Formats: sequence, C-alpha cells, structure tokens
Amino acid sequence: MTATVGQRPPGTRPAPARRRRSPWTVLRENVVWLVAALALVYLLLPNLVVVLFSFNKPNGRFNYTWQRFSLDAWLHPCAAPGMCESLGLSLKIGVVATVVATLLGTMIAFALARYRFRGRTGSNLLIFLPMATPEVVMGSSLLTLFVSLGIPLGRVTILIAHIMFCLSYVVVTVKARIAGLDPRLEQAAADLYANEWQTFRRITLPLVAPGIAAGALLAFSLSFDDYIITNFNASNASITFPMYVWGAAARGTPVQINVIGTAMFVLAVLAVALGQLAGRRRTGVR
Amino acid sequence: MAEPVRPRQGQRPAGSGVASASGDLVLSSLTKRFGPFTAVDSLDLTIPQGSFFALLGPSGCGKTTTLRMIAGLEQPTVGEIRIGEHDITYDKPYRRPVNTVFQSYALFPHLSVWENVAFGLKRRRSESVETQVAEVLELTELQALAGRKPAQLSGGQQQRVALARAIVNKPAVLLLDEPLGALDLKLRRQMQVELKRIQTEVGLTFVHVTHDQEEAMTMADTIAVMNAGRIEQLGAPAELYEHPATTFAANFLGQSNLIRATVAHRQADSATVALPGGVSVSVPAARLPGGIDEVWVGVRPEKISVHEAGAADPVAGRNRIPAAVVTDASFMGVSTQYLVRTPWQQELMVFEQNRGGTTLYRPGDQVSLSFATEHTFALDASQDAGAGIELDEALG
Amino acid sequence: MSGAAGVEGGPRTRTGRRFAGVPYLLLLPGLLWLGVFFVVPMVFLLSQSLQTGTLETGYRLTFHVATYSDALSQFARQFLRSFVYAFLATVLALLIGYPLAYAIALKAGRWKSVLLVMVVAPFFTSFLLRTLAWQTILNSDGLVMRFFRGTHLISLTSALGWTNGNQLLSSPLAVVTGLTYNFLPFMTLPLFASLDRLDPRLLEAAGDLYASPLTAFRRVTLPMSMPGVVGGTLLTFIPAAGDFINSQLLGNPKTAMIGQVIEGYFLRINDYPTAAALSFALMVTILVLVSVYVRRSGTEELV
Repeated sequence: MTATVGQRPPGTRPAPARRRRSPWTVLRENVVWLVAALALVYLLLPNLVVVLFSFNKPNGRFNYTWQRFSLDAWLHPCAAPGMCESLGLSLKIGVVATVVATLLGTMIAFALARYRFRGRTGSNLLIFLPMATPEVVMGSSLLTLFVSLGIPLGRVTILIAHIMFCLSYVVVTVKARIAGLDPRLEQAAADLYANEWQTFRRITLPLVAPGIAAGALLAFSLSFDDYIITNFNASNASITFPMYVWGAAARGTPVQINVIGTAMFVLAVLAVALGQLAGRRRTGVR
Repeated sequence: MAEPVRPRQGQRPAGSGVASASGDLVLSSLTKRFGPFTAVDSLDLTIPQGSFFALLGPSGCGKTTTLRMIAGLEQPTVGEIRIGEHDITYDKPYRRPVNTVFQSYALFPHLSVWENVAFGLKRRRSESVETQVAEVLELTELQALAGRKPAQLSGGQQQRVALARAIVNKPAVLLLDEPLGALDLKLRRQMQVELKRIQTEVGLTFVHVTHDQEEAMTMADTIAVMNAGRIEQLGAPAELYEHPATTFAANFLGQSNLIRATVAHRQADSATVALPGGVSVSVPAARLPGGIDEVWVGVRPEKISVHEAGAADPVAGRNRIPAAVVTDASFMGVSTQYLVRTPWQQELMVFEQNRGGTTLYRPGDQVSLSFATEHTFALDASQDAGAGIELDEALG
Repeated sequence: MSGAAGVEGGPRTRTGRRFAGVPYLLLLPGLLWLGVFFVVPMVFLLSQSLQTGTLETGYRLTFHVATYSDALSQFARQFLRSFVYAFLATVLALLIGYPLAYAIALKAGRWKSVLLVMVVAPFFTSFLLRTLAWQTILNSDGLVMRFFRGTHLISLTSALGWTNGNQLLSSPLAVVTGLTYNFLPFMTLPLFASLDRLDPRLLEAAGDLYASPLTAFRRVTLPMSMPGVVGGTLLTFIPAAGDFINSQLLGNPKTAMIGQVIEGYFLRINDYPTAAALSFALMVTILVLVSVYVRRSGTEELV
C-alpha cells in the first residue's frame, strides 16, 4: 500500500484500504496460538477437576461424578482413616530427602561446574542415568538389593530410594545456575579483599541460592509425589500419601484426597509467586 | 557475625594484607606463558607512585594479562612484582593493596550501590565505613543512587560505581581495564576528564589499559606502547607522538607516512637522505638510527603543507617533494584530508588544517609538498612498515 | 580460577593449590550414594534375574538364562505394547508441545512467565490424583463422553480398536491420552529452553533473504531447536515406556504394559527372577534405543 505524498484533493473520501480478512486467514496466522491454548486446556483440565471435586459430596465410595456442592471435606480434612498419617509420613520423608539430596547435589554441582578433573565425563554419566531409567527398573532393582541383603523394607528404605532419585535433578538445576554465574564477580570480590570463604559466603552463595532453592523444591515435589519407587520399597506399616491414593483408587476415593491435592496446588503456586517476587526484589529487575 | 581472625601458618590474617604498602610499582622480567604461547615477554617497567600510567596496545598484545598479574588474578611464569619494598608477586589478590576497575564492571547484582562500594572496606574491617563511602559517592556523584541495585543503573552510572568501589579503598595502585569501552563517545570523553580529575585529586597511582590511543594520550602522564608481549616504547604522550622509536609506535599513535630511503650523506647535526625519484630530504642527526643506512623516512600527515606545483623556492629548514598529484580530497570541516601521489608513485596522507584562506585542491591537481626538517624522522628499514596500522578499532 | 602454572625460579609459590582434590571431596558423598543405591542394585537385579528359587526356599545363582527367553516370549505383547504406547505418547506430546513451547518462547512477550507457570502447574498436584481426574473427565456421564456419543466419534474409535463398546475409559485411547498428558510438561520445557535461546533476529534475517515463514521455520527454527527436541523426546519416551499407572487406572487388562507385569511379579506373585529379567531387559532395551537415537541426532551434552 503506497502512501501518497501530499494531500488529497478536497471533497474526496479515502478509498477502502483493507480487504476483509477471511476466517481462514485469521485461523492460519494464529494456528500456533490456537494449538497452544488447547494444549494448556489439556494440561490444566485435570487440575481443575481435582480442585472442583474437592467440593463434591459423592453418593458412593467413589468421587467420580458430581453430586452436589459441599464444604464437608474441607471442614473435616482428616476424616478419611489413615490419610493424614500417610500425609505426615510423606511430608517427613520429603523434608529429610530434600535436605540430604540438596546438600549432596549442590556439592556435586559445584564440583562439576567449577573444576576440571579426570572422571568428569563418567560423573556426568552417572548423574544422568537415574533420570534416564524408568522408575519401575529403579524401584525393582533397589528391592532386589534390600531383599538380598536382608534389609527390612520400611521408612528407611523409602528414604534411601528418594534421596537417590532426587540427587540428579538437584545437580542439574544447581549446575545450570552456577554455570550462569559470571566468574568475574568472584574475581572482583577477591580483588576487594575477600578471601575464598568470604567470597563464597557473600557472593557465590547468595547468587546461586535461587538455583539451590529451585533444586530443593523440585526434590521435594518429586519425593512427595512418588508412587512407583516408593511402592517397591515400602512395607504395610509405611504408607505414604501416594500409596494411600493408589489404594483408594481401588477401595474408594474419599473427597479429602482432593482437598489435599488442592491445598498442595495452592501452596505451590504461592511458593512460585513468592520466589519470583523475591528474585525481583533482590536484583531490582522488573 | 564476626569471624575470629586467626593467622594461619605462614600467612597474615585475612584483611590486613599489605594495605600500608606504598611506593613505585616495579615489574621485573615479568613473563607469562600459556603453553607455547608467550603473552607477556620479560617486561621491565617502573611506574612512579601517584602517576597516571597507560598501557596502550592492540588486542592480544598482553596488556590485560599484565594487568591481571598485577592484580593477582593471574600467576606470572617468571618475574617479580613489587610495590615499594614489598614483593607481591605471589600474594593472593585479597592481600595486595591493588584494586581493579573491570571492563565489564563486575558489580555485585544482589547488593546495592552503597553495599558494593563498601564491600572492600568491610572485608578489611575498616573503621568509619559510612564516612568513607559517603565521601567517595560524592566524588563520583552517586549519592542519589546509593540505594539502587546495579540492574537499575545506566552504563555510565555503573561505570562510576565500579570506580567508586575501587578507589574508596585508597589502594597503592588502581588498575583500570578498558573501563570506558562500553560507553558511547560523548560519555566516554566526559569520563576521561572525570577520571583524570579524580586521579589528580586523590593522588593514587592509576594504571590504565586501553587500545584507544587518543584516550591514552588524553589521560596519561606516561604511556607504554605494547606489542606482542613487549614494550615498544615508553614515554610521555607528546614525546611518544613526536619521536616514535619504531614503525609500530609511528603507526599506532596517530598516523605516519613512511618512505623507503637511503642515507646519502651524514653531517654533524643532520643527514641527507635520498628518497626514490631523485628527491632528497634532510633529517636531524638525533632522529637517525645510528649506523644504519637503509631507513624509513617518516613524517606525520598534519606536518605536511600543500602548495601549488612549481611554487616556492627551496626554503631553509623545510624538505620538499615537488611534482606530486592529488588523488583524493576529503573535506572534513576541521581539516581537509588529501591523498597525494608522489613522483615515485607512493600515496602520502596529508591533513591540512582548515584555517580559512587556504586553497582547496581537487583530485588531479599538480602540487608540491613541504614539511619542516625537524618534523622528519627516520627508522630502521628492517622494521615492518605495516606494523601498528589498525583497522578501525574504535568499533571493536 | 585455573590452577597455578609451574613457577620458574621463584622459591616461594604460596599460591599452589593445597587441595588439588577439592572437586573429588565434593563429589564423593553424592556419587557414593548413587554408586551404592543405583549402580549396585542394577548388579543385584541382573544377578537376581539369573537365579532360581522362591522367596521361601531362597535363591541360588544358577545363571539360568532361560528365565529371560521364557519371560520375554510370555510377555512379548506387553513389552511391545509398552513401546508402542510410549512412542505414540511421545509423538503426540511433540505435536502438542512444540506449538505450545513455540508460542511461549517466541510469541508470549510479557506473558512468558505466567504461561511457564501454567505449564509447570500440573506438577503441583499429585500425579495420581490428576490421573484419577481423567477417570472423572472421561466418565460415561461426563461432557466429553456425551460429545463423543453425540458426534458418533465413539463408533469411529471403536471401529479402529481404540476404544471398546460405549465408553472412553478402560481403553487404549484413554491410556495414551493419560500418558501424553502426564509427560507433556517433560516435552514442553526442554523445547521451550531450546527455542528461548533462538535469536528472533535470525528469523528476520531469513525473511529478508526471501524465505517464507514456513521455510524459515523449516530451515532455521527447527534445526536450532533440535537439542530441545531430542531432550524432550528422551524425557518423555523413557519414563512412558516403564509407566503402568495410566494403564492400570485408565485401561483394561488388554492394555497392560510391561511395568504392570513387573510390579505384579515382584510384589504379588513374588517371582523375583522372572520379574528381574523383565526389568533388566526393559532397561537394556531403553538404553540401546536411547544411544542409537542420541548418536543419530548428534547431541552430546544432554545434561
């Protein structure tokens, strides 16, 4: 569309500039957005169902069809027998597994990101393998280990398994953060009279902290949510929340499990939002 | 949380360092090799206390490596670094009374401007941190920004924070690694003046590394021109400019015309040198490399005057190149740049200052060139006449 | 900072690294943990698969290789089915996830973080609960089912063997839907990371050089997003092949995947050698497939 320089002769109207855009053109240009939107719906629909059905009051043992709105489950979250105990166990194991995995994983991340040493490729491979192995294989192999060595299954074995599979994820997350750290900042700190420990404490650690926090959060989610590996290494006395839910799928699904699911969701969203805010305040970036 | 200060075996406690050292900065036989590659080749240099010293050279000449060795961020392969009486060659960076202004500023992103500036003082357990920081913030005009984080500052402001953070510690030597590279032209000129002012006010030794010869000449008391790990020439800006000792220096600082010639006749205070095409010029004896007859005769473009062909009889004290032809003329406002082809088919550069009333020549005009004898120099012909000619590094 | 080079002539070299072993110290606890609780169990698994006996009478290492051939022939269908479902889920996840990642990386602008959170949000609820939610969604009285019945799509899918009878649940369709859903974020995030690194000015340059949007996509975007594609497909295919949750909750006995068999044989039937053989075979197959795939796509550094 060429622009005419100069003025239109008085008394004329501007010619119609744009032809009507057919629906097909609009569709074609926005097909990416369309698919993306559908994908998001696909992703979030089950979440919504979980939240919605926490307010349901089902007629039978199972919570699959909507009957009517009720706050019963929210008001009596521990009414389902055994659920709160399983929740407690999952939380305890989650916390301990997170702490240990984050500690060990962060150390490995620093070693891999900062140093050149022999066996680096081997270490990388060893870290990567658990992420590339199906849970069935990891869980069953640990089971054979414990059974062969006569170690009784229970909380301890669950914990051991959780630490094992969370490690790799922590390493990857923290390593990425360390790699993004400008080494000249630490040089500047040394230039400004900070010795190695002070540099680490005041510059490296604060700047890597968000990565460590992200790794810890990831580890906790993985641990809390794990069913397959846990199931292989648990006993009847140690029921975690996912194990409880699995049993419920056969026995009868109390509405309370949806309450827990919704609560987790809300807490997690809050945690992410807070994390973003804290990150912005730290560096002043909008 | 105060950490107990325990001197470890053989070391001084963190933070005390050699903060009280002062004196000239002396580099002796300083060498740095990376495998087969020698970055810095046996440097001997004395930088007087309180001076503004520039290390000038193209990228890859070893100037940044030298700076990093002084700061302690690189270890020398051979050699010594001393400040006054103290040998700091193998001291860790945090034990040296040396601070650096990094090229990328390296400001701590999670600390405010105030905390960045106070960082060094706090590590050294200095008293009156508040007062000192306030003083320096005033000096660099950053008081209003003290609470901001680096991400919220402009490039020029960040640069000043980097400077403030370094000078607040009153180091014996302040190192600046091309600190003005990221700034636009106008801001850069401003900061050049600022830096010089601050240096004179505070009286610290500044060692400034740069590839910009204009910048070096503007700011420094002494310049060391570096090339391929060695110092080509050392001296005050004017001295370096008017009396280059090598073709590299002649080409790197400003521009030079170099003409291949042979010494014909030596006298007491001057020599007659034969240029190609039968033209003879006179060169002061002091500016001749001793005992060498094959030379480059050099004269800077702004020293040459352009005249009408056939005009003027030979004038005492001036060299002449008759029968030349203008091949290019660019009017720059402040001056006119000519390319003039000599009788022996070499193109010389001439900058004629626009003082009004001077004739503007055009390509094809027949002209003759003249320049003062005392502005003529000669260099050993075995040196590379192309050394030091930079493709515009101002863009790099 | 790299370690000190040898210093010639100088008698004092106080900068020499006292602990050249710092990295090893840092690595040791974690790698030891992985070594003991990941590598060693694999050895035990292999060994168990070659033993004979029962849980009561005890196991002896007899190198009874026949366990493998027996198990694999007996469960060949489930084995194959697992890989077919995993493959389908991976392809679907790629087809759905790529536009999603593309939209977020290149078209989202201000909404990028919000959209990313929405992609990751499913993780914030127990995946068992979410998979159970699919039972609700695909329920006989649900909206989806009514839509399928109304448009007679259900007859089409039944004819194709994807569903059976009048319902969407307890069918291969439901299982693959669940699998795709579960691993979609695993596909999308690496794709996003890869596309996010793409400089949009490259696409502008392509347009400037007469490339149509489709050509620009084919010749610039797609090749440069390959590391993300490889990472995403691996992170999706591998866990999907071993999954059995989706099959158990959303399928029927005819959709059983190998993971179910392994779990059943370990925990209910207690036939450890057979189960171990299947488990080990699964792992080896996946490793082989992955190495071939990675080598052919040429990306070395996956972590």
